[in-house]
Amino acid sequence: MIPEIGHFALIIAFCLSIILAVIPSWGAWRRNTGAMALAPGLAVGLMVFVGVSFACLATAFLQDDFSVKVVASNSNSMLPPIYKFSAVWGNHEGSLLLWALILSLWTAAVALFSGQLPLLVLSRVLSVMGAVAVGFLSFMLLTSNPFARLLPGTPADGNDLNPLLQDPGLIIHPPLLYMGYVGFSVAFAFAIAALLGGRLDASWARWSRPWTNVAWGFLSLGIMLGSWWAYYELGWGGWWFWDPVENASFMPWLAGTALLHSLAATEKRGLFKSWTVLLAIFAFSLSLLGTFLVRSGVLTSVHAFATDPARGLFILVFLALVVGGSLTLYALRAPAVTSRVSFEWVSRESLILCNNVVFLVATITVLFGTLFPLIMDALGGGKYSVGPPYFNAVFVPLMALLAPFMGLGPVSRWKKDSTRRWRQELALPAVVAVLCGFTLPLFNASYNLWVALAVALSAWLVLGLLRDLWYRVRGAATLATGLRRITPSYWGMFLAHLGFAACVTGIVATSQYNIEHDLKMSPGDTEQLAGYEFTFIELVPVRGPNFVADEARFEIRRDGEVVARLAPQKRRYLATGQVMTEADIDGGLFRDLYVAMGEPIGEGGAWAMRLHYKPMVRWMWLGAILMALGGFTTVLDKRYRRQRSPAIAKGAVHVAQA
Amino acid sequence: MSPRLKLFIPLILFTGMALFLFRGLSLDPRELPSALIDRPLPDFNLPVLGQERLLQRADLVGEPALLNVWATWCVSCRVEHPYLLQIAASGVPIYGINYKDEDAAAARWLAELGDPYRANIADREGSLGLDLGVYGAPETYLVDAEGVIRYRHVGVVDERVWQTILQPMYQQLSASGDRG
Repeated sequence: MIPEIGHFALIIAFCLSIILAVIPSWGAWRRNTGAMALAPGLAVGLMVFVGVSFACLATAFLQDDFSVKVVASNSNSMLPPIYKFSAVWGNHEGSLLLWALILSLWTAAVALFSGQLPLLVLSRVLSVMGAVAVGFLSFMLLTSNPFARLLPGTPADGNDLNPLLQDPGLIIHPPLLYMGYVGFSVAFAFAIAALLGGRLDASWARWSRPWTNVAWGFLSLGIMLGSWWAYYELGWGGWWFWDPVENASFMPWLAGTALLHSLAATEKRGLFKSWTVLLAIFAFSLSLLGTFLVRSGVLTSVHAFATDPARGLFILVFLALVVGGSLTLYALRAPAVTSRVSFEWVSRESLILCNNVVFLVATITVLFGTLFPLIMDALGGGKYSVGPPYFNAVFVPLMALLAPFMGLGPVSRWKKDSTRRWRQELALPAVVAVLCGFTLPLFNASYNLWVALAVALSAWLVLGLLRDLWYRVRGAATLATGLRRITPSYWGMFLAHLGFAACVTGIVATSQYNIEHDLKMSPGDTEQLAGYEFTFIELVPVRGPNFVADEARFEIRRDGEVVARLAPQKRRYLATGQVMTEADIDGGLFRDLYVAMGEPIGEGGAWAMRLHYKPMVRWMWLGAILMALGGFTTVLDKRYRRQRSPAIAKGAVHVAQA
Repeated sequence: MSPRLKLFIPLILFTGMALFLFRGLSLDPRELPSALIDRPLPDFNLPVLGQERLLQRADLVGEPALLNVWATWCVSCRVEHPYLLQIAASGVPIYGINYKDEDAAAARWLAELGDPYRANIADREGSLGLDLGVYGAPETYLVDAEGVIRYRHVGVVDERVWQTILQPMYQQLSASGDRG
């Protein structure tokens, strides 16, 4: 009964989304206040019904209702309850329902927290989001119904969740990622609403900014968790593979990063309007494209969902309608005249332009690398694979190019700045940064030019930020009053840039200084690695709720003292017989020690073991967390909550006159 | 170009991409270009991993064999490896193509996980992989005694793939080879 309720709620939600897509936008066109005023209520209703539907599916999973097809294929009665819950989105149908749920949450959030928006704009924004919801809900109802039953022929027990997905990180990774993906739909909806209304102004940018920042923050967290999961769950110590599915999440992030910065210029200076709208369309289009690539089977990937050409065609048509439609609208309605606002070459505007060029080139690079096999195949050019060498070769120089300009950004002034002032402000940071680059890598055993470069660039970013912070605080009576005067948006930028610096340092240090020993070890054996003694104490069989495992107990000493005990496992999941490597890690701010089990060798209890020493690998993820925090912090800024700014009041008059 | 026309550029680019995506739906990335099946193995002359000598196409010909494309950077090759060891233990010759990899890493891998291969071709630049139309590692080709490619499997060779597809074909090929 519960699955039928869920299915029915989904159908009602679908009907509501159609009404939301049609009525308020008709109202906005005819200036019918009654029709426009329906939008917020419909948005909340949509959220409620998708929520009910999601709750029903979750209940089916938690109650082991194996008559429901997705439950039977993706869960098992022995599965721990928390994984039964996360199994809801560990499959194609359920993850789509999560997509729809999060979209409806964002829609309702816009409806509830945008009291200061003119009704005309609000109704258009919600309508656009309703139209996106129509696409996803119909996709689900027509091709991927999560509530399909297996009647008769209900299996006694389920197939179990893929063991790779039975992991705490994977419980929250998809929701965070989708929060980011789908969050860009808000910026997209604002952009479309602005194009429809023909009013691309500073207030439009100000309304979009907090939503974009939050979505970007979620996406950063989601990507970070994915990388962290790959690091400790896949068992060979890698953290990024340039896999099509990873790229699918990375492209919207890159485009979103460009969008954040471009929105700043649009809000503050009224510049780059058409460009910003285009980026908003791009960021969301890339989210949709990612969905298409992951679910249509056009590219091979290690974590592709079960694919189906009919589904692929549906998403492609949807993609064509959404992206094609919005780009057509853009071509017809975006302001074609060059903005009359001018700026000098030496100014913050130019630096933001730099940022935009770098991130756009990066996005296109990743997009091209991801689609290249498909393009060559379609042209009859044979089968190709594009691997990490291509991406690294293009990506690393791009980011290295970005960093010098990025250090200037916070210090620079809008409109017109002078290189003389930059020299005065930043000469000291530059010198110190270069010194850091030369000296800090000396603390490691081996000196490395790449690390020196990365440290120098990161130090340049951090010192530039501190210099600017000092510049802003020094006029105040006390340090505390000075710090209090700084706005949350500034802190957000500060944290995000700091995070980027940490990320760069972590990535370069761990890639260059990583030490990895693959060897055969028997109980009692000891191996030296980067000054640590890894001793394989014993091998013990252990039993988990739905698996049995061999567990290798390791003791790690440094200078004779035990610093860590690690217990990696080789698990065999009972329902599917799948074998999984469970690495064990002793983490730290400056180094991770990582042990994973390979295969048993011979009869004597010897195993292939993989021992890693990974310096500063956590800086990368800490950096991503800082970036996300930065994105969230900006929302606290008071100017986003100001009740009625003059521009908005004018908007209201505009409606009244029409 | 008038400014308005410039604004159409994104739309045109997207349309082009959408056409490719549409074409992509009807293509299976896991499928071998049919041109290579029942065609002779392309010529090559590449170093043997960990040895001074070179290996040529002629060295492989003479008996049916498996040709396994792998790399240490490859996610699924690690999963596949134990099965390859089993298959090799049952007497099936397997040649490895170590695809776009570092020799040292590959040697470590074999030392650590065991070596199922008769010999490994060090295809550092991926040139042989290009001729074969390798999409990505792992891939496994079944080559008959005359050096003609009979089958290509993209993805992990596991017990199911081996028992249902590769082993029957292999046995048929060796049986016909014995008669001839």
